Amino acid sequence: MTVKYTEDHEWVSVEGDTATVGITSYAAEQLGDVVFVELPDVGASFEKGDDMAVVESVKAASDVYAPVSGDVIEANTKLSDAPETVNEAPDSEGWFAKIKLSNPSELDSLMDDAAYKAFCADL
Amino acid sequence: MSDHPPLAQTPLHDVHVRLGAKMVGFAGYDMPIQFEGVMAEHKWTREHCGLFDVSHMGPCLLTLPGGPREDEDAHIEIAKLIETLVPGDIQGLEPGQARLTVLLNENGGILDDLIITRPYEGDQQGRLYIVVNGATKGDDWALMNEKLGDLADLERLDNRILVALQGPDAEAVVSESFPEAAYLGFMESRRMVCKDLTCIVSRCGYTGEDGFEILVPASGVGHIVELLGDERVKPIGLGARDSLRLEAGLCLYGHDLDPQKTPVEASLTWLISKNRRAAADFPGATKILDQIANGAPIRRVGIQPMDRAPAREGTEIYAGDKKIGEITSGGFGPTVEGPVAMGYVDREFAKTGTELTLMVRGKPRAAKVAKLPFVPHNYKR
Repeated sequence: MTVKYTEDHEWVSVEGDTATVGITSYAAEQLGDVVFVELPDVGASFEKGDDMAVVESVKAASDVYAPVSGDVIEANTKLSDAPETVNEAPDSEGWFAKIKLSNPSELDSLMDDAAYKAFCADL
Repeated sequence: MSDHPPLAQTPLHDVHVRLGAKMVGFAGYDMPIQFEGVMAEHKWTREHCGLFDVSHMGPCLLTLPGGPREDEDAHIEIAKLIETLVPGDIQGLEPGQARLTVLLNENGGILDDLIITRPYEGDQQGRLYIVVNGATKGDDWALMNEKLGDLADLERLDNRILVALQGPDAEAVVSESFPEAAYLGFMESRRMVCKDLTCIVSRCGYTGEDGFEILVPASGVGHIVELLGDERVKPIGLGARDSLRLEAGLCLYGHDLDPQKTPVEASLTWLISKNRRAAADFPGATKILDQIANGAPIRRVGIQPMDRAPAREGTEIYAGDKKIGEITSGGFGPTVEGPVAMGYVDREFAKTGTELTLMVRGKPRAAKVAKLPFVPHNYKR
């Protein structure tokens, strides 16, 4: 299992041709208390960089971009009733969607764990 | 390079930074948006006591030429002057009484909301203590100088510290520094001295909770730091200030109020005092009195989204296929534990319970007109 990161603070965990997507603990911390998540519909298709979901804190709404291209095969409906899961466990239980990859080579352009840590350290 | 002028700092700026605040530009000032987090700060204020730096706002004194006097006539003279700009009964204020009112343009549109206080002290008559909003203070003071400059002296006090202490513990906390503060009722004000600092203490605020706003000389930073050392007190940022006032159904100027909206449209008809209606002598009186008699075309109402999605400012409101209004303030209410909003709707849809549809990012979401406030006020009457 490989985990990759985007500069928009999303993580992508890949198993076979399926990517699980969420936001990083850095992003969750910056947002503050998450009070609502608008999830993508199952079956929706996204190109890398499209608006895929919306995460709302008390203060504001923020877009979550598709870190890779593909079709949504599952959305984490637990977040509808318990959006605070995004703060409590952003990199596990707080995942947003599972995407069937349409272009796995896109993963090569994302950061690995060490590169993402260095990226955050410079912010 | 930024096109904006550098941000001003309040006397408490370094205190915020030292406490780890996240800072943002607001009304031209570098202000704390949050300390430990909006949700925690909001709940702390409702349960204990929050301390808000509101020094970016516009406190000022409007005084008759020649200075304050001791006679009752002096109050009537200064009140008559400011009444040419606002629809509230200022002449009728008792010594030490404060009143919320609005500055109006000639069409009855709202230029700002403000609090006007008649000093309690017998030797301070012929003077009004006025607090206007931070983002509008330049325009407000220009207007007062243009209309009243030859007849009264305007003294800005916005180089001082203005703090609000809000919440159920505010009385106990504030009365340790100002024992007389405990005897003030809601919207009452006195000059009080603590440790050689002459302050103006008013029992008011903008959270729906009991509390005080205190004008302190800029040299009083140390005293504010001491207050923050009290275990009942925490510093609160602008984020929670916004969610608290929204739950309390209170308007934010520039969002819920603007020069295109009249007090009747804004559901603030109660601000237009009875004797001023009879005299019809305030700006925009013809239009406003017509709206009082016959109804306004639109009304500000509370809006309760029926699911968990917050509806933010600018969200369009529909009844069936017809667009009937727009959200002007919306977000998540930590005490309500759900989304809350305010907006303007066409008059026939303003009744509490009316079912509406909000278009949130292209998706229709059910809502209904709700009674304001969302959280009951806890004022000390």
